Amino acid sequence: MTNNNNITSWGLTGQKNSRIQRINWRNEKLPEASDGVTFLPYGNGRSYGDSCLNKEGISLDVKALNHLISFDPKTHILRCEGGVLLADILHHFVPRGWFLSVTPGTQYVTIGGAIANDVHGKNHHRRGSFGNHVIRLALLRSDGQTLICSRTQNADLFHATIGGLGLTGLILWAEIMLMPIDAPCMHVETSRFESLEEFFSRSAESAWKFEYTVAWLDCAASDAMGRGIFIRANHCSRVTDSKKNLFSKGITLPFNLPGWLINNFSSKVFNSIYFNAHPPGVFEQTLDYNQFFYPLDKVRHWNRLYGKKGFFQYQCVVPVEQGTEHINALLKMVKGSAIASPLAVLKVFGEIESTGMLSFPRHGVTLAMDFPNRGSHVLTLFDQLDAIVAEAGGAVYPAKDARMSAENFKRFFPACHDFSRYVDPAFSSTFWRRVMG
Amino acid sequence: MKKILIIGATSAIAQATARLYCDEKASFYLVGRDAEKLDIVRNDLLLRGADEVGTDTMNPVRLEDHEFMISRAELFLGQLDIVFIAYGELPNQEECVKSARKTIKALTINCVSVISLGTILAERLVEQGTGTLVVISSVAGDRGRASNYIYGAAKSSVSVFMEGLTSRLRESGVSVITIKPGFVDTPMTAQFKKGLLWVQPESIARGIKRAIEKKSSVVYLPWFWRWIMLVIKLMPDWMLRRLPL
Repeated sequence: MTNNNNITSWGLTGQKNSRIQRINWRNEKLPEASDGVTFLPYGNGRSYGDSCLNKEGISLDVKALNHLISFDPKTHILRCEGGVLLADILHHFVPRGWFLSVTPGTQYVTIGGAIANDVHGKNHHRRGSFGNHVIRLALLRSDGQTLICSRTQNADLFHATIGGLGLTGLILWAEIMLMPIDAPCMHVETSRFESLEEFFSRSAESAWKFEYTVAWLDCAASDAMGRGIFIRANHCSRVTDSKKNLFSKGITLPFNLPGWLINNFSSKVFNSIYFNAHPPGVFEQTLDYNQFFYPLDKVRHWNRLYGKKGFFQYQCVVPVEQGTEHINALLKMVKGSAIASPLAVLKVFGEIESTGMLSFPRHGVTLAMDFPNRGSHVLTLFDQLDAIVAEAGGAVYPAKDARMSAENFKRFFPACHDFSRYVDPAFSSTFWRRVMG
Repeated sequence: MKKILIIGATSAIAQATARLYCDEKASFYLVGRDAEKLDIVRNDLLLRGADEVGTDTMNPVRLEDHEFMISRAELFLGQLDIVFIAYGELPNQEECVKSARKTIKALTINCVSVISLGTILAERLVEQGTGTLVVISSVAGDRGRASNYIYGAAKSSVSVFMEGLTSRLRESGVSVITIKPGFVDTPMTAQFKKGLLWVQPESIARGIKRAIEKKSSVVYLPWFWRWIMLVIKLMPDWMLRRLPL
């Protein structure tokens, strides 16, 4: 039974009156679809753009597919349903000494979503992306079949489903490999860098000794382009007292804040304060894993910060060779546009090859920037950024995209033609129709 | 370690509530109609930290099975700390108004079977001298509305039964709690358009756990329904009849 409801993606570029069909149990069948009506699994709606939306079709709501199925501490393999949130896994397994092998910057994504976007984390240089730790999955196809897929069984479909944007069928359950940890806290080192060269050398020297590396980039600074704060961390080897969190229970943004709140000036001030608040030299601290990995999860609905028009995130990856030049070119373009990004993040991806045909992570350096939705100005800027990324031989992240051109998508993901053979004939998304027509 | 009997254990609210007791290593006896679904819930709770989980298939409209099922639960759990009746079926009102048979069917599942179980369980808990009986009723039972008075009639009987039971058992050491949820996004309400007042079952579950800890007697969930229903209950009949509810 479908009903009509509004669903949105995280950038609040939402859609009204979607047809929604709940999938409540993993032994259920897909609904009968009339000719031409398509399905798309909808998890927790944390993709930013339109890759989780299916405007003309039916969204398969999988939030009730949230059961854990089995765990074997000997093999580290957890089997759970596709709608299980990473937060749920962490809640139950961190106290027992296990962690996700790869985690994105929010724990409020589903397993199915993490696989469909082949998400990455701050340890890409050590562990690759989420798909590298998926052992098997069960895919419900519109012809009624449930196919078990792994590297040896239905291998093509397995590689298509990882990073496959939910288009290959519904992920009923998956087996993922957890990682043993000694303590739920993190040993974190932060230090300033004054230039991109410094960022790259710190990334290189940290790659061996640190499980996690990432940098916050002050891209609103008018004089010192490429300065920022480098963050590197390891799981603590024993339980240490971590700093108490200011909002240990979290806060909620109950409504959209006024759209003017985040502007060029406030972005600049915020970035400058953040940078200068950090003392020169290396600063060490012990943080709870939540504080380190998921600081924004503490503010529920933080996307409302940007007002009702919502916001865009632009994330790309460019080759690490000439990385400084590429990132410089991108930052210059942003600066020239007179639209400041309130938040920018930089990270070097390692050489571990992604599992998915359409996976975004690849050896290179990735830059992610938030922008308030200022209409055509931002979109023009993004097109210009796309051109630089395409020229450099990089890619833009579909999970965060709401606007890249079909032509550029095909340049960024040349495997898309091959991939389309594995798309379930009854599955589609707003994104997919936009880039593949 | 709490020993918890859940009847209607595959319901969304029941599952969400059970999960809240996994961290404290509770044991469960799960009763439902579908063995396969019960097994899915059982495995899930065990992985989330539950101590022991038993399952039992029973259709609550088979009133003659109630007594025996409860005995099996007692045998498995040893003691009943919390008993939670969480099942319900939203009848198709339009079909019910044209069919006495369908109306009786809706009343049997949502009311008669619940009162039967409540009666037997209250006796067992009084004998134990301790324990909490939690039953999900509904805001729909507070007033009769044109659009769903069959479901409302069933829930209203359950509410009155529970109200009386609460008074009768006030000095017995047994707590009796009536939960009145508003709009909850569950499989039961899949066909409804969801608006501002709708909440997820996890939110109701947290309210239920809080009510059990505080030994509340009647709890509207979320809290604002208490005030919405106060207004609706105070409304004169002529006004209620004119509202498109």
